[in-house]
Amino acid sequence: MTLSVHNLSITRGGIRVLEQVSFVLAAGEALVLRGPNGIGKTTLLRTIAGLQPPLDGEISVAPDTLVYAGHADGLKSTLTVEENLSFWAQIFGQGDIAPAMDSFDLGALRTRPAGLLSAGQKRRLGLARLLVTGRAIWILDEPTVSLDTRAVEMFAQVIRTHLGQGGATLMATHIDLGLDQANTLDLTPFRASANQLDDFDEAFL
Amino acid sequence: MTALLLRDLRLAIRAGGGFGLGLAFFLIVVVLVPFGVGPQSELLSRIAAGTLWIGALLACLLSLDRIFALDWEDGSLDLLATAPLPMEAIAAVKALAHWLTTGLPLVFAAPVLAILLNLPPAGYGPLVLSLLLGTPALSMIGTFGAALTVGLKRGGLLLSLLVLPLYVPTLIFGAEAARRGMDGFDTTTPMLMLAGITCGTIALLPFAAAAVLRVNLR
Repeated sequence: MTLSVHNLSITRGGIRVLEQVSFVLAAGEALVLRGPNGIGKTTLLRTIAGLQPPLDGEISVAPDTLVYAGHADGLKSTLTVEENLSFWAQIFGQGDIAPAMDSFDLGALRTRPAGLLSAGQKRRLGLARLLVTGRAIWILDEPTVSLDTRAVEMFAQVIRTHLGQGGATLMATHIDLGLDQANTLDLTPFRASANQLDDFDEAFL
Repeated sequence: MTALLLRDLRLAIRAGGGFGLGLAFFLIVVVLVPFGVGPQSELLSRIAAGTLWIGALLACLLSLDRIFALDWEDGSLDLLATAPLPMEAIAAVKALAHWLTTGLPLVFAAPVLAILLNLPPAGYGPLVLSLLLGTPALSMIGTFGAALTVGLKRGGLLLSLLVLPLYVPTLIFGAEAARRGMDGFDTTTPMLMLAGITCGTIALLPFAAAAVLRVNLR
């Protein structure tokens, strides 16, 4: 249950953005990615989540241990909070959604359509999805956007519990969650030097 | 997979889900044809099978761009792609949900609308059977087209241009089967060809749709 990334090079829109990225994320650890806008944090997370192939390098992780949460929460506005969460629980083969509802204080919103939630409430629901997946390694892209301080604390507590249970978290975020187990990886040194492609075909991939 | 199917069906019948739009469109097209060609019942019954097939095909086309576009916009397609479901299964389930909400209602509505077009009594059975065999292919081909255009702004028109030529074989054999049935001829050959096309698309296109989805999600 370790995620190890070795000499990874990634591209965004055919342009090489990061190269030679290596790190190891073990159980019970959190790794926070930092770096200026456009450096490739989202691209790196999407590559690790398997949504796009790496240009070079290796990602080794046991199958079916990752779960990805991107900028969008993937909520259906006409389904209720409960229906949205149950759907993801079923997709991931899990049963009970009550602990996830409690962790993010969604109980009172249970029957409300997701389209009527505020931005912060939507994000809380999106994050609650992580708990119903039963996956060990969470790949999170800016998870705290539009959360208020109380919700951020709620989220930090969920992360602490998850790490305590032997999970791991890889996230790109700019705020400090106050996690003891968190390491920080600044991506600035890995910025690709020459934005030229070796292979013409890659421009179209 | 059942969860995904149930979710898609539930979304289709909730507000703004578009269930019934295709059916209403089908109704309007078929009602407009007699206004266009005039009230000669002989002429109408001659073009009835073809009109119903073209109406069904256009009605099917109407809701295709929603298959993946909505999931892509709200991010759930990314999340589904990283979920334990294979992409091929996602494409197949989406096509099935589309057929259940669009194709199947058309099959049931067709005999009712056929009365408006004065379809000869012998034609009802073959018409319904040909639609039942042919509409799954329309949904499956359309799902492939929707996968190709996912992520494109205003991809709906491009989707129609891509998908309509692919609908030609289904339309030819479907309308031919209905027409032969109407005229009292044997319909076995076109029915078998139609069923073959449908089976072929269901066997192959989920894989093609999954491949293009993977490329489009990069």
